[in-house]
Amino acid sequence: MSRDRNSIKILLAKPGLDGHDRGVKVVALGLREAGFTVAYTGLRQGVDAIVQRAIAEQADVIGLSILSGSHLPICQRMKVAIEQAGLTHRLWLVGGNIPEAHKAPLKALGVSEVFPFGTPIADIVSYIEEAVS
Amino acid sequence: MSAPKKSSAVTPVVLESGIEVQPVYTQADVDASSIGPDDIAPPGEYPFTRGIHAQMYRKRPFTMRQYAGFGTPEETHERFTYLIERGQTGLNVAFDLPSQVGLDSDDPAAQGEVGRVGMAVDTLADMETAFAGIDLERITVSLTINGSASTMMAMYFALAEKRGYDLSRLRGTAQNDILKEFVARGTWIYPVEASVKLVGDTIEYCAQHLPKYSPVSVCGYHIREAGADPVQEMAYAFCIAKAYIDHSLERGLTVDEFASRLSFNFDIHGNFFEQIAKFRAGRRLWARIVREDYGAENPRSSWLRMIAGGGGGGLTIEQPENNIARGAYYALISALSGTQTMALCTYDEAYTIPTEKAARIALRTMQLLTTELGITDTVDPLAGSYYVETLTNQFEAAIRREMAAVDEAGGVVQAIAAGRVQARVAQQAYAHEQGLRSGSIPKVGVNRYVEQEDERDVAFHPYDESGATRKVAALRRLKAQRDQAAVERSLAALRAAAEAGDNVMPASIAAVKAYATVGEITAVLEGVYGGYQEPGIF
Repeated sequence: MSRDRNSIKILLAKPGLDGHDRGVKVVALGLREAGFTVAYTGLRQGVDAIVQRAIAEQADVIGLSILSGSHLPICQRMKVAIEQAGLTHRLWLVGGNIPEAHKAPLKALGVSEVFPFGTPIADIVSYIEEAVS
Repeated sequence: MSAPKKSSAVTPVVLESGIEVQPVYTQADVDASSIGPDDIAPPGEYPFTRGIHAQMYRKRPFTMRQYAGFGTPEETHERFTYLIERGQTGLNVAFDLPSQVGLDSDDPAAQGEVGRVGMAVDTLADMETAFAGIDLERITVSLTINGSASTMMAMYFALAEKRGYDLSRLRGTAQNDILKEFVARGTWIYPVEASVKLVGDTIEYCAQHLPKYSPVSVCGYHIREAGADPVQEMAYAFCIAKAYIDHSLERGLTVDEFASRLSFNFDIHGNFFEQIAKFRAGRRLWARIVREDYGAENPRSSWLRMIAGGGGGGLTIEQPENNIARGAYYALISALSGTQTMALCTYDEAYTIPTEKAARIALRTMQLLTTELGITDTVDPLAGSYYVETLTNQFEAAIRREMAAVDEAGGVVQAIAAGRVQARVAQQAYAHEQGLRSGSIPKVGVNRYVEQEDERDVAFHPYDESGATRKVAALRRLKAQRDQAAVERSLAALRAAAEAGDNVMPASIAAVKAYATVGEITAVLEGVYGGYQEPGIF
C-alpha cells in the first residue's frame, strides 16, 4: 500500500559550506509539485542541526545536496549524527556533484541512494514513493 | 514598423528575455525601437554602446583571467605561475570555502573543506606565498571573495605595501558584491545591512587611498547561473550597483569619487545575439543611469567595465567535450560584446576543479580569438546590424522595465532581505529544468543528439587530505611565532572601530599585518554585527 504523497515529509538540506543551491531548490520545487511535503534548511547547516530539524519536522526522508566535493567527510559526520539520534530507519538521500566511484562508499556509510546531478526528478519521486511505502 | 511581415509558416522564436525574433530586420526596426538620438554614438563616447574606449582592442586586447586556485598557497602559486608562463595576463583567485566564509583552516566547521575548491588563506603569510615573485603591477589580480572581502582586501593591500608597491597606483579587483551572495553563491557572513556597510567601507577606503583599485565587481553572473534570465541578470546587477552607490553617497562620497571604480561581472551563455545585445544595451543603460540619475560628470564614472565570461550554466555533464566548442562560441560572444576581461569555464568544470589541460584549452580558446581570427581588429564589428541594434534597443527597454518593477516593489535590498528575488530565481531554475526534461528548451547532448555514454572522459581533481593537514600545521606554527600581544591589540582596535561605526579597513589592515587570522578578524566583526541565518526559501 503506498502512502499519500502529502503524508511523506522530506527535509532537504545543504550541509557544509557549499553555496550551490540551484539544484536543491529545483529538487524541492519538483518534489513539492509531485505532492510531497517538503522543507528546506537553507545553506551552511551542521549535521547535528540537520538531524534536529529532521526530528522536529518528523521527516521520513533526509536529502543532502553537496556540490563542493566534500560529500565523503560530510557523510561520515552525518552517519554519526543519524546514529546518535536513532534515525537510521529514515531514508537518507544524497545528491549533487557525486562521482560514480563514490556511490559505493556513500552507501557503505548508510546512504540509501545517491542521485548525482542530471538525475531526472521523476526518478527521485518514484524512488521515494517506493522506498517509503 | 518592420517592413517584411511574418509569414504564417514561420515558427515563432522567443528569446529568454521574452523578445520575439523576426525572420528579417531592416532599418525600420532599428528606428521603431530607438531609445535616444545617441543610441549608436561612436566608441569611447557617451553612452558607450559600442565600447568604453575609442579604439578598444586595437589598443589593448581583453585581459584573460582564468579562475584558479586550490589547495595550499604553495600549490596555488604553482598554478598561477603555470598560467602566467602560458600568456595569461591577469589572475582570478579562487579561495576555499572556509576562507570565503571567514573560518580558519583549523576550525571544526572547515573540516574536509580546506583547500578543496580554492586556495586556503588564513593569514597574510599565505598571500605572501601565493603571490611570491609575481609582479602585481604587470599582472592584475582579481580576488573572488565576498563575505570576507574586507579582510582579504586588507591582506592584499598589506602585501602590496610590504612589497614596495605604490598603493595609489595599484590596480586589481575584488568581487565583494555581497548582495548577490544572498541570492546566489551563498558566502554571506553578517546580516544584510552590516554586509552592505562593509562593502561601503571598502569603496570609501579605496576612493581615498587606492583610486585605481576596483573594490567591487557587481555580479549579474551568479544570479543568472542560479536561474535568472538575461534581462533579470542585468536588472538585478544594476539595482544592486545602485544600492552600493546610494550607500556610498549617504556616507558623503560624491559619485565621481568612486563610480569609475565599480566594475561588473556578467555571464555569456545562451542565445548568441541576445547575449551580445545584452552587453551593448547594458553598457549604454548603465552610462545613462550614472550620468542622468546620479549626475556624474566624469565620463569614466559612466563606464560599464566588465568581465564577461564563465558560461558554466550553459555547459553540460553530457558529452563534456562539447563544452570546449561551447566555450569557443561563448568567448566569441564576449569578444564581440566589448568586454574588458574574459574568463572561460573549462569543459570539465561541471565536475571538478579544472585539470591543467582543461585550463590550458580555455586559455588557448581566448588566445585564438586575439591571435588567429582577427576578432580584435576593429571596434564593435556588429554595430549597424539591423538585428543587433534592434535587439540592443529592445533589451535596454526590457532592463528598464525590470528595474522599475524591482523599485516599485520596495527596492532590491528589501527584495533580497525578504527572499523574493531568491524565490523568483529558483522558480525559473525549476521551469528551466522542466524545459530541459520536456525538450521545449533544446540542448545538445541533453535532449537532442543524445548518446549512450558509458564512460565520460573527465579526470577528477584529486583532493589532497595531506594538504589540509599541512595547512593546519602551518597555521599553528605561525600562531606560535607571531607577536600575540600585537595581535590582540590590533583585534581590540578593530572591535572598537566596528562598534563606533567607523570604516574598518584601516584597523583590518593593521590586524592582518600583525598576522591576525581571517577567523579571528571575522569573529570580531561578527561579535559586533551579528551573524546571518538563511531562511530556506524555495
